[in-house]
Amino acid sequence: MAIRDEFPLLAAVEFDEVVTHSHVRDISLPSGRTVALVTLDNGRDHTRPSTLGPATLFEYGDVIEAQRARAAKGEIDAIAVTGKPYFLAAGADLSNVGDLPDRATAAELPKLGHRVLGLLHGASVPTFVFINGLALGGGLEIALHADYRTINSAAPAVALPETFLGLVPGWGGATILPNLIGIERALKVVIENPLKQNRVLKPSEALELGIADVMFGPANYLESSLAWADAVLGGKKVDRPHTPGTLERTVKWPIALKIARDTLEKKLGTVPLAPYRALDIMELAKKNDRKAGFAAEDAALAELIPGDQFAASIYAFDLVQKRAKRPAGAPDKALAKPVSKVGIIGAGLMASQFALLFVRRLQVPVVITDLDQARVDAAVAGIHGEIDKLAGKGRVSTDEQQRLKALISGTIDKADFADCDWVIEAVFEELGVKQQVFREIEPHLSPEAVLATNTSGLSIEAMAAALQHPERLVGFHFFNPVAVMPLIEVVKTPATDDATLATAMRVAKDLKKNAVITRDTPGFVVNRILAKLLGEAMHAVEQGTPFEDVVEAQRGFGFPMDPFVLLDLVGLKVGAHVLDTHHTAAPDRFFESKALHELAEAGILLEKDAKGEPKGIDKRARKIVAKHTPADAKPLTVEELRLRIEDGLADEIKRMLDDDVVEAAEDIDLCMILGAGWPFQMGGITPYLDRVGASERVFGGTFHEPRIEGPKA
Amino acid sequence: MANDDVVFVDGVRTPFGRAGEKGMYWQTRADDLAVKALTGLLERNPNLPLDRIDDVAIAATSQTGDQGLTLGRTVGMLAGLPVTVPGYAIDRMCAGAMTAVAAVGGGVAFGAYDVAIAGGVEHMGRHPMGQDADPNPRFVAEKLVSMDALNMGKTAERIHDRFPQLTKERSDRYAMRSQQKYAAALAAGNIQPDLIPVATQSAAGWGLATADEAPRPETTLEGLASLKTPFREHGRVTAGNASGLNDGATMSIIASASAAKELGLGTKMRMVSFAFAGVEPDIMGIGPIPSTEKALRKAGLSIDDIGLFELNEAFAVQILSFTDHFGIDDDDARINPWGGAIAIGHPLASSGVRLMVQLARQFEQRPDVRYGVTAMCVGLGQGGTVVWENPHHKRYGKGN
Repeated sequence: MAIRDEFPLLAAVEFDEVVTHSHVRDISLPSGRTVALVTLDNGRDHTRPSTLGPATLFEYGDVIEAQRARAAKGEIDAIAVTGKPYFLAAGADLSNVGDLPDRATAAELPKLGHRVLGLLHGASVPTFVFINGLALGGGLEIALHADYRTINSAAPAVALPETFLGLVPGWGGATILPNLIGIERALKVVIENPLKQNRVLKPSEALELGIADVMFGPANYLESSLAWADAVLGGKKVDRPHTPGTLERTVKWPIALKIARDTLEKKLGTVPLAPYRALDIMELAKKNDRKAGFAAEDAALAELIPGDQFAASIYAFDLVQKRAKRPAGAPDKALAKPVSKVGIIGAGLMASQFALLFVRRLQVPVVITDLDQARVDAAVAGIHGEIDKLAGKGRVSTDEQQRLKALISGTIDKADFADCDWVIEAVFEELGVKQQVFREIEPHLSPEAVLATNTSGLSIEAMAAALQHPERLVGFHFFNPVAVMPLIEVVKTPATDDATLATAMRVAKDLKKNAVITRDTPGFVVNRILAKLLGEAMHAVEQGTPFEDVVEAQRGFGFPMDPFVLLDLVGLKVGAHVLDTHHTAAPDRFFESKALHELAEAGILLEKDAKGEPKGIDKRARKIVAKHTPADAKPLTVEELRLRIEDGLADEIKRMLDDDVVEAAEDIDLCMILGAGWPFQMGGITPYLDRVGASERVFGGTFHEPRIEGPKA
Repeated sequence: MANDDVVFVDGVRTPFGRAGEKGMYWQTRADDLAVKALTGLLERNPNLPLDRIDDVAIAATSQTGDQGLTLGRTVGMLAGLPVTVPGYAIDRMCAGAMTAVAAVGGGVAFGAYDVAIAGGVEHMGRHPMGQDADPNPRFVAEKLVSMDALNMGKTAERIHDRFPQLTKERSDRYAMRSQQKYAAALAAGNIQPDLIPVATQSAAGWGLATADEAPRPETTLEGLASLKTPFREHGRVTAGNASGLNDGATMSIIASASAAKELGLGTKMRMVSFAFAGVEPDIMGIGPIPSTEKALRKAGLSIDDIGLFELNEAFAVQILSFTDHFGIDDDDARINPWGGAIAIGHPLASSGVRLMVQLARQFEQRPDVRYGVTAMCVGLGQGGTVVWENPHHKRYGKGN
């Protein structure tokens, strides 16, 4: 009976799957033994990694079953699996997941994985997986089921990223891995790394962790792996120093899990389901009972795969992987003008951060200017110091260090900007100041030069009014810290021409940032939405709502931090200013906060521990806020506030879309994921607002049709 | 024994494949074949510190595509040699690897090198001989060479013309014996120890090349007699009494005797002399005759001092012209005792070191033999010969 017949529901669905085939060839080893070598190959080139969909797993299962039968008859001495060049397999084929029609079909997927991947365990001959290249998720789980593993030192990445995407390593990974390498090491792979922006392991780390038994270089990786397998078949002993013993299982195991759970709750809150499900399975893995473990994995995936969080995660993943790389509304790339020299107006902290980023990524001359020479000199020295630091850390070579330093210069003579193709200002956030610097610099520039402003809230159109050529001005809004945050809001005014916009998109790409195009409206995207959120929070406390209730009201979203921690992070003054700007633009929708101004003056909000970690609200802050509570104040309940926030966000976002601030809801979500770190499980924000009913309540519709959610049946 | 003696430390090769779509290396790059041979060679000589390699000379006939880009340098880098190890590429058509050995051997003798790598590669499936060649029209206009000179099969027919006693029947018999001798050597386990397995990609999944693909041990005289003579109507040269079109790579370590001693490297052979010589291009197969005479003269040896010959069997008739010239029987036991290129294959520029690898292993088994010769013919009318001394012989290093 073919494997497919055991999974009638999956077999009945027509998936659009690029099937990874399981080719098998017998290899004669030097000893005379024979290994059946299975190659996973989807027949495509290196731009399309092998993935694992249902048809792939059916075929793989049938092929391994056949090898087990041959092994039982004594025809072969071992079974080995490897991949096409550069890939073992990049995991489950996520493009299929949206095609799962119902929960019953979804529930077959983990069972199918266990059924076929498990065939490398308990065969009558030893089994090997040669991790020749990329091995992610299910790809790595194929290897975990085998008796032995080798790894190619040139494999680009090894990881179990499932919890990053709202799943658990549920084809055996969560159960087998801790039993192979110990609980602490397994937690690092299953929980810690995926939640650190989806960190992956290098082959040497996988070897050190004990995921692979031995590592070979790429020049003759497969030859060496086969020779090693031959030696193992001949009795060579394989050390597994990290295999957990009784002590680890009884003592270390519960402690490690408790620490992991506490850390998770502190960092992520309890909204995201996947990491907690993974922890549950790993706790169970202490007993080293594969059957029970796999059943738990099946149950977890049966819950998670059809769940809303996973649907939102896949949506978010696609945004980050695809939409971010092909920005909506971008003009023809060919219109972009070459940028062979960059000018930066200003010599403050932000200007210096720009200079460092531009020089590292574009590797063209960068000139900074300010009013006095001493300030410019200090900035250049500071940037040189940062480059030296990078060299000290080995991030740039000595030659590169010299090259970059030589590219940085400072001047107080605006005429030195004559050959700049791209000029960006980073001066005080005040319209008059920005207009003045642009007015001063423009006569010195070539007619083709593009001007950019990093304003976070001023009207760019008003700024452009000071220019002879307003069509060459574009907003280029970075997020702090500039070197780390991946988002740039590229802002177009009605006057901005396509060549300017195309140039800005190209510069953003060359800076290795993701750009989203927005219209010139107050706060663009990220600040507008955060202003809504923070305004509601400050309003609520001013109305006498306990701070703790405000935090509680936002807990259900799963934001990366509560509103007061966020205010502390962006700076109370900046926060108060942002609220003011939005309140001025739309007083009926955005709250200003006098209390926040006073808190900013006093520099007080959070109470922090010795390490600087926030542990609550400072008593003095409570007092300051209480002073601003009006006589007719009405404290909100947690539930009231939650609804206010959900509905307020839905309303504001609907307005933004109706006003064409961005092309689509997807762009709002992309901005919030990349610019504010909002989680995948929310899909940014709009899938979440649809699923909690806010969209229906506010405008009688949804942002997404169909909604971003799992099958309900 | 002088310290600047040049020794052949070790040599290996990939299994030789059949060129073309059905061949086992069709989807394997030429440079990767060379990398695998080099990696395998270095792995079995772990005493050699990689930074002690003074140069890497790798030959190929068609130096383009995956056989271009200064093979000695690129293959060294791909095999993981330190960046401090230089490398270069060599071309003397079929005698490429032999020339690499001679060149670095000369460097060792001069004291420029302590240790060097010499090898060759030819992927005739990916690079058919002369594919992108653009011969100068003067060759034809001025009748510098006959048109036949560029077609190796036609040059072999020319040997039959010149030496009528070298009949097709003698060629076929020699060719059959080559297949039989190779099969016997394989059965005795004489070939396998110097082969480096190569993982091969194919549409049917990864395979592992562990054996030569070209041999036809079932070859009979009748079968050979029935083959077409593609180079001439009613000719004598056939696919059966010639080497085929093949893919493969070879690699060797050449060192000074003192460096070999210092580093604890083995010594499989000592280079006694080498010589290259030219003949008319349209009868290039007789090239090894003058090159061997020259090499023997330089070594102060005569043909009678040579106990073993490893001759590259480009064509059976071309071997027979050599043996006839020196008065050696067609089936003399000293000639290619383990068979030759007719059975194994001849991936052009790689073959020189293949001859040496085989001679070295025979030396080990034959301490009674003091001197051996490796020799081959070269397209456009050349011959190359290297004379070697057997370190297992009782009078090794004691002068003539």
